[in-house]
Amino acid sequence: MKNLLIAAGCALALVAGTVQAKDWEEIRIAFDVPYEPFEYKTADGELTGFEVDLARAMCDELKADCTFVIQDWDGMIPGLLARKFDAIMSSMSITEERAERVLFSEPYYNTPGAWFARESVDVDVTDKSALEGMSIGVQRGTTMDNYVTENFSDVASVKRYTTADDMVLDLEGQRLDLVFVDFPVGEQTILSRDGYHQVGEPVKLGQGVGVAMRKRDKDLAAMVNKALATLKEDGTYDTIMEKYFAYDIKM
Amino acid sequence: MPEFIVEWLNQNDIFTAGTLLHYWDGLVTTVQLTFLSLLIGLVCAVPLAVLRTSRNPLVSGPIWMYTYLFRGTPLLIQLYVIYYGVAQIEGIQDTFWWEIFREPFYPALLAFTLNTAAYTTEIIRGAIMATPAGEIEAAKAYGMSWFLRIRRIILPSTARRAVQAYSNEVIFMLHSSAIASVVTIIDLTGAARNIYSRYYAPFEAFIAVALIYMVLTFTVVYGFRKLEQHLLKHLKPANG
Repeated sequence: MKNLLIAAGCALALVAGTVQAKDWEEIRIAFDVPYEPFEYKTADGELTGFEVDLARAMCDELKADCTFVIQDWDGMIPGLLARKFDAIMSSMSITEERAERVLFSEPYYNTPGAWFARESVDVDVTDKSALEGMSIGVQRGTTMDNYVTENFSDVASVKRYTTADDMVLDLEGQRLDLVFVDFPVGEQTILSRDGYHQVGEPVKLGQGVGVAMRKRDKDLAAMVNKALATLKEDGTYDTIMEKYFAYDIKM
Repeated sequence: MPEFIVEWLNQNDIFTAGTLLHYWDGLVTTVQLTFLSLLIGLVCAVPLAVLRTSRNPLVSGPIWMYTYLFRGTPLLIQLYVIYYGVAQIEGIQDTFWWEIFREPFYPALLAFTLNTAAYTTEIIRGAIMATPAGEIEAAKAYGMSWFLRIRRIILPSTARRAVQAYSNEVIFMLHSSAIASVVTIIDLTGAARNIYSRYYAPFEAFIAVALIYMVLTFTVVYGFRKLEQHLLKHLKPANG
């Protein structure tokens, strides 16, 4: 009898546990702003951008009540693991190192990295020796950072920035000769000014961008994957993409 | 390198030889930045503190203004203003100044030096003000000139009174230098941030760097204890 009671108690605890874990009526999603045009604030302070709109559509699809959290890039993964939020939709590229810490959904977009410089600077970025002695700006910890570090850090000096704003400021102040940044970000923040141009061809990097979640939340990942697949099928994804981009980033 | 360290490094994903080298470069930069700024700051602070005690407001006023400004604003803001502000000056890129200010090291050194000089000036000024009036009167009675009084009487006894407060300033400066990493300098903190973002291991990266800062701090504390023992020898009990 006693054993039965314990068994029943365990079963109950197990059921209660699973019920609680599967309950994804509320999802907290983190963004690092500004990262135009993926996530940024409009002049009146409203959060908007490609990923924000996509997150909204995804939440509608999941019938979930979503809260959007602003989080600095440096604290993204620790914040997720500390349960400050449940998912990251902030242009986080899928890499092996990150996949050891978090669970990625299927990729939902991929953009190339591209080189930008002042108009007076023009080099052949495929020729490593041409970059000798130059200073190259990247955002710390991005796939662009890894690419530049692996390929050019022995000839050029690589400077790492926390935000794209600081990096553009140093490009403007001529402390940097080149920056290597996500193409859409460069297009918005650098090409929109006078006197800057894109150098060379964009470089395809990595396995695309996915929603990052905690490793244990496999049920959430399954839901997110299903919702993203539906959005890609039914045209919602394309509508959102066309609102922000003149080219295809779908994946 | 001893065998067990090599073995430990081999089975460790984060603290590889490359990472340790990165920390080492960071350590060198932090030590250079901190101690150069402290040294230049101290050299500037001694005459500034003496002039700050002047009764003439035209002499002491500007120095008061300077220490008030630099002690009244955060060091991070001072660093931002100097680093980004200088680059915004029209045409500076074409002058020889740009050779200096292009690299982040010198704007940071300038900001740190100005900051520590302001604090050190006030520390020394306080110690000068506390000089017993009798000592000065005695020096005057011997017919010492102003300069001789400063050199022989006031500064040596000031050094004894200021050394404890100044050791705090040295430690604060060492810790404040961590903000150099926001202007792309790879100091100890910058190295830790790079390693963290490469391996996504905040605990390992930052705890390692905290330990290095602690070792540095204890070295400074030990050095100052020796200095105090030397300067304050006369205050020890006779049989102690």
